Amino acid sequence: MRYEAPTTTKDAVALLSKTKGKGQVLAGGSDLLVRLKGGFVEPEVIVDIKRIPAMQAVSKTASGFKIGAAVSCAQLGENSALKKAWPGVVEAANLIGSDQIQSRCTVVGNLCNASPAADSVPAMVAAKAKAVVVGPKGKRTVPVEDVVAGPGKTTLKAGELIESITLPARKGKSGDAYLRFIPRTEMDIAVCSAGVSLTLGKGGVVAEARVALGAVAPTVVLVPAAAKAIIGTKLDDDALAAMAAACEAACNPIDDKRGTVEFRTEVAGVLAKRAAKIAYQRAGG
Amino acid sequence: MKDDPSFTNQAFKVIGTRVARPDGIDKVTGRARYGADASAAGQLVGMILRSPHAHAEIRSIDTSKAEKIAGVKAIITSADLPDKVNGKRDMLDILENCMARGRALYDGHAVAAVAAIDAETAKKALKAIKVDYKILPHVTDVDAAMQDGAPIVQSWVRTAGGDANKTTNVAQVSQFGHGNIEEGFAEADVIIERSFKTEQTHQGYIEPHACLASVGPDGSGELWVTTQGHYTFRTQCAQLLGMDIAKLKVTSSEIGGGFGGKTHVWMEPVALALSRKANRPVKLVLTREEVFRGTGPTCSTSMDIKVGAKRDGRITAALAVLRYQDGAFPGIWGMLGGMTAWACYDLPNVKAIAYDVLVNRPKVAAYRAPSAPMAAFGVESTMDLVAQAIDMDPVEFRLLNAAKEGTRASYGPTYGPIGIRATLEAVKNHPQMKAKLGPNQGRGMACGFWFNFGGQTCSTINIGTDGTVNVSVGTVDVGGSRASLSMIAAEELGVPYETVKCSVADTATLGHNDTTEGSRGTFSSGMAIIFAARNAVGELRARAAKTWDVPVEEVEWKDGTAYPMGDQHHNLKPLSLKDIAAKSPRTGGPIAGHNETVADGAGVSFASHICDVEVDPETGSTRILRYAVVQDAGKAIHPDYVEGQFQGAAAQGIGWALNEEYVYGKDGRLQNAGFLDYRIPVCSDLPFIDTTILEIPNPGHPYGIRGVGETSIVPPLAAIGNAVSNAVGVRMNHVPMSPPRILKAIKTQRAAG
Repeated sequence: MRYEAPTTTKDAVALLSKTKGKGQVLAGGSDLLVRLKGGFVEPEVIVDIKRIPAMQAVSKTASGFKIGAAVSCAQLGENSALKKAWPGVVEAANLIGSDQIQSRCTVVGNLCNASPAADSVPAMVAAKAKAVVVGPKGKRTVPVEDVVAGPGKTTLKAGELIESITLPARKGKSGDAYLRFIPRTEMDIAVCSAGVSLTLGKGGVVAEARVALGAVAPTVVLVPAAAKAIIGTKLDDDALAAMAAACEAACNPIDDKRGTVEFRTEVAGVLAKRAAKIAYQRAGG
Repeated sequence: MKDDPSFTNQAFKVIGTRVARPDGIDKVTGRARYGADASAAGQLVGMILRSPHAHAEIRSIDTSKAEKIAGVKAIITSADLPDKVNGKRDMLDILENCMARGRALYDGHAVAAVAAIDAETAKKALKAIKVDYKILPHVTDVDAAMQDGAPIVQSWVRTAGGDANKTTNVAQVSQFGHGNIEEGFAEADVIIERSFKTEQTHQGYIEPHACLASVGPDGSGELWVTTQGHYTFRTQCAQLLGMDIAKLKVTSSEIGGGFGGKTHVWMEPVALALSRKANRPVKLVLTREEVFRGTGPTCSTSMDIKVGAKRDGRITAALAVLRYQDGAFPGIWGMLGGMTAWACYDLPNVKAIAYDVLVNRPKVAAYRAPSAPMAAFGVESTMDLVAQAIDMDPVEFRLLNAAKEGTRASYGPTYGPIGIRATLEAVKNHPQMKAKLGPNQGRGMACGFWFNFGGQTCSTINIGTDGTVNVSVGTVDVGGSRASLSMIAAEELGVPYETVKCSVADTATLGHNDTTEGSRGTFSSGMAIIFAARNAVGELRARAAKTWDVPVEEVEWKDGTAYPMGDQHHNLKPLSLKDIAAKSPRTGGPIAGHNETVADGAGVSFASHICDVEVDPETGSTRILRYAVVQDAGKAIHPDYVEGQFQGAAAQGIGWALNEEYVYGKDGRLQNAGFLDYRIPVCSDLPFIDTTILEIPNPGHPYGIRGVGETSIVPPLAAIGNAVSNAVGVRMNHVPMSPPRILKAIKTQRAAG
């Protein structure tokens, strides 16, 4: 096994392309090292992307924010502008693991690990985040919800990696929130989760919304019907109940050691309602 | 000793103070050496191949390819571990558990082991071993295992005293009690009968099993190991491997938790056998996954509890039918459940019937007051239901029926002075009982009982020429016994605590000591240290007498100093321990005190707990808001450690009550062999656990000590069960009360209107 630490995205792509699928990208390593130690992966090359300057920063752009692939979740929590614009995305990223893990792990790593229970992904999907993918054939931009194909599987092609995540600029009265259910108080993995982002129009009525659920299907699911249920409302009880029902309808979970189908389905709706209320409050509604 | 008045009402100088712990700095700086922290020149890495099947015949094991891998130095299977115990079943069970003999009995059962020059090579070798399995039907549920036609786990097992021709998974049926329960139930105004279940939990010690084994061609060997009882490990390993006991030296490392799980051998004989075959030291450290799959958790259970009472609150009859699974080998776990179930109460008619049942799961080991928490969950939940049915306060109801001195215990003996009533009175008067509860909050309380154990003990005190004191004990320090035993030596010798250094001696240094289990460490070694110190004092007096040239009877020992007795010696200057020690090379050599004993007189122990919870009615999530432990310690030698034991036991009980469980798939494989999905509590899950130490002296010990380590894991399942049930208005009858179970119970209740 070889360890490489290139300093440009181009070199990283070249290294990955050469290994023909036997390469692994290392950012924080909070997933990769566990899989290596467990013997679940045996890569030929590990490509550490933390020395690539373009991947190390959070920057404010004309169209919003750009989060480099090597930026740790702890750094996101320390970025006040990002926190103000996208508190839900940041709180989701800051729920992963412990303080120690926070200082290593990244949202891009969380996305590429392709777990349906990834905390940052529903929040990013609700936020309409996009992944900037770089590969041997150049650069392309992909909605975050299209990156994951199934548990442990992404749609990235051989030699491709994600250089950064972009978040749109916030306009008007907007807010987002992310909630997950865990049996403990921290240091746990989501049994189910919900991310909600919304923008208010005149009179505190929801004008735009996106609702995404985690750990209730093979991938994070965007639930347009849930968004539709609250658009045009002020989150009255009927609207919230309709949203929860839409969420439940969108759930396709499994029974496993972490939860039952019944539990995940019901609690996903509960979390979506609660997250919507927080997002609404954050939006100034 | 019970009648020796010198043992009671003593005024203590060191006992009862909160001195600094002797192992603290080593443990926080990383200097302390645990099981995996030893190494030897030329050591190999040992690794174990485990069955992926819940139950399978092993048709063959082909190690030929693995043996050819460069760097592989030894591979063993059960063929390398022949029966050296003449079929003695309990020892053979331990051996078979270390390495499957023809059949894999559970997912994670060891089938072969490798020693290689490094971990990578060892892993490669494990992959190269080909095991031909024929998968057999399996059973992991205790109730299913008792059904006719259930897959038979061990074909040789017959129910003790039962049909000699019938194969069965019921290894033992135990019965305890007295009176006539039929008559008792006939007298009752109210009868409550309920069924309960508890899931399997693991002790969850942070340190995995680890050892460094070395056996030479002359048949002598050494073992460095994390264990609760290195003498027991020595005996078991020597017997299983056909070695002489005296030729195997076992040294216990610091232990990162055991809680009963490190009371017998798991992979240590395997490491020794690998070393013997390779003729090199072998280090074997289990992974967390192996700890979950391959070492002993506690039982899962299924129970039926029935209590009858008069309207005035007197219980007329009580019956417990308890079904405990022991894993793949017979144990005494159901029996212990049967003994402890009703031990808190004074009952005219009482019966407990306990089944020990085999299933295709790991061999069950002790877990802190083994078997008592589950029975208490059933009993104490039912006690609350009876109190509700007769509209009586649950504490008053328990007080009315609590055992007292002279009560005939449900398991046989008659109690001496005991603390159950005192703990209940303390609970009744505890401020938590009067605190207001908010919406979705509930309060519960419960009682618990546990035996204490004494056993074989052997200790030595050696006094250095500078007057400092070495205390050598053979009971592994799992909960602070080096502090408490140093305090006891200081108290008896009359020297400052800081001048005493207590060490756990290896097996070549002292005689046999039973394992640190049954809350015996401070009780039994404390007793031996008292007598060893008194022997040393006898020698100190003799040396003073020799120095002064007076008869020893005219030398008195007081506050660490020899005083001449009588006016005729008024010109003699008192001699301190330090003075006598300095002169010792010229007065007869080193000064020591020794004692070996079977520490009889262990007392029984009771605790009562209070718990406040809040349940989220939409998710079933439970938070422990406030928790209080009241327990009788007999005499608290070091109150900090006693409180720590109370809190630690409650914390483990809280984890068990709410989230911890072994989850098996339909294929009989363990689904959650890791701390991510086997959820022990994290710090933020727990409130500060309030403690109250009561001291009702145990007349069987010179200082009145009762063991304190175990009892407080007994009440939490029931206290939390009662609190959650009161919060949500539905009786919870299945532990752990995980969010899906609570939410389902709430929904079922709502649907029923």
